Amino acid sequence: MRNLSILFRREFSSFFATPVAYVFIGIFLVLSGVFTFFVGGFYERGQADLLPFFNFHPWLYLFLVPAIAMRSWSEERKSGSIELLMTLPISTWQAMLAKHLAAWAVLGLSLLLTFPLWLTVNYLGNPDNGIIVAAYFGSWLMAGAFLSIGLCMSAMTKNQVIAFILSVVVCFVFVVSGSNIVLDAFKSWAPSMVIDVVASFSFLTHFEAMAKGVIALNDLMYFLLVTICWLFAGLVIIEQKKAD
Amino acid sequence: MISVKNLFKSFNGTQAVSDLSFDIIPGDVVGFLGPNGAGKSTTMKMLTGFLLPTSGDIHITNLSLEQSALEIKKKIGYLPEGAPAYGDMTPLQFLNFIAQIRGYKGAEKTSRIEQVVNQVELHEVLDKPIDNLSKGFKRRVGLAQALIHDPEILILDEPTDGLDPNQKHQVHKLIKNLSKDKIVIISTHILEEVTAVCNRVMIIAKGKLLFDDTPQALNRKSKYYGAVTLYCSYRADVSELGELEGVAEMEEDLSTGRVTLFPKPGAEILHLVTAHAQRCKLPIDSLYVEQGRLDQVFRQITQDISQEENP
Repeated sequence: MRNLSILFRREFSSFFATPVAYVFIGIFLVLSGVFTFFVGGFYERGQADLLPFFNFHPWLYLFLVPAIAMRSWSEERKSGSIELLMTLPISTWQAMLAKHLAAWAVLGLSLLLTFPLWLTVNYLGNPDNGIIVAAYFGSWLMAGAFLSIGLCMSAMTKNQVIAFILSVVVCFVFVVSGSNIVLDAFKSWAPSMVIDVVASFSFLTHFEAMAKGVIALNDLMYFLLVTICWLFAGLVIIEQKKAD
Repeated sequence: MISVKNLFKSFNGTQAVSDLSFDIIPGDVVGFLGPNGAGKSTTMKMLTGFLLPTSGDIHITNLSLEQSALEIKKKIGYLPEGAPAYGDMTPLQFLNFIAQIRGYKGAEKTSRIEQVVNQVELHEVLDKPIDNLSKGFKRRVGLAQALIHDPEILILDEPTDGLDPNQKHQVHKLIKNLSKDKIVIISTHILEEVTAVCNRVMIIAKGKLLFDDTPQALNRKSKYYGAVTLYCSYRADVSELGELEGVAEMEEDLSTGRVTLFPKPGAEILHLVTAHAQRCKLPIDSLYVEQGRLDQVFRQITQDISQEENP
């Protein structure tokens, strides 16, 4: 536990020692504003809620989360500092978890900094703040799942660009597997059970309810399990490839 | 103590280390020598638990590395090849991080950091990002990191690579000043370093242990060990020197006036040479007994094996 917190602090502060965190948060805030007001039609809808804001999160994370995850292991392997890290008296899972939690904390911070939107809806009307808090929580949970995919891909290669592209592709598959782009391809021939299974892997399907403030146990478990599975896969990969 | 038995490591079919067995006891300062790609770094990586051996056993202080890796890692200080560190941190932040992971807190932590900073003289760069430091300082940060918990076992992969002669001297002094009940393993390409700091030499080539003894014994293997070299100020007839009793062979370099006389095994020839020189009034400028040439022994040992394999 002590090791985990030391590693977490190092990872977290390394985001702020370089411009990574500032650039990330800045772009996240700008883009979420653009999506909410221009694409999502925040004013035109005439409703005091944050649905247009949350609905775009999967698409925002699709590119931004791989960008923040890509350096985590790739850079360690490229610079050789992984040799240092792995010969310290810590276990690999502590390092993995610390990296995940640190990046997740940056994502959480970015989400918190969107609070002016929350102030705006509260000024304009009387939204259900419980729903908004639940949706924030759901969004953060989904970000954690995206992040675990990014970390796993980053463990796979020394090259950050490759790590980024791979994680965008895998994240994209997870995001759209519930949408018609993918389901149409199955609908003509596959039994409905297969379609349901494919659809149930989708981030979109699971996030839909969360964006409306409903936190169902199955959605919660889904994102947690996805996160754990990808982190575990990343752990196996880094143990295998650390010396390459 | 470190005990290695029948250690093998292969990467995708290439044998990096094959059948390595040795014991290292406290007090040993071991110099790992070998050509590039000989398996030195691979062996060190396995000793630190970074790499798992393909087969074979490593026991460190009576613990199996396989079963008690975490326990063993606490006792080892390791400077990886190229002294990697987190470039965005300053040496102070970095050492602070390492000290915390090594279990130090509060005042003890501060005093440990202070001590290693003194040992490797990092004061002037403590607050600059490691990325911006010169190669020598980066290496010293790496050394500081390895020394911070005063480890029983210190494994340094090319600790003086990229340092200037003064810094090299400083690192040698530092290693010599470590207490005498520690195990130190350094790998290097600088042969003089071995005579300067080590009391044991291991030469590895093609993953095999070819030599394991003291640096003096390594010197004695040299053709030049005990040979007498003299320089004449002008051309003189030195051919009689070659016929002296006890001289096996004479090597003459006409352009520089250097003459080297190799003794027969076990023979001492210095007094014969000086007596002859006096008798014949040879115009000798300088004369000395060779201590053996490490580079020549090194070539001899490591090239023998490559010839054996590619005749």
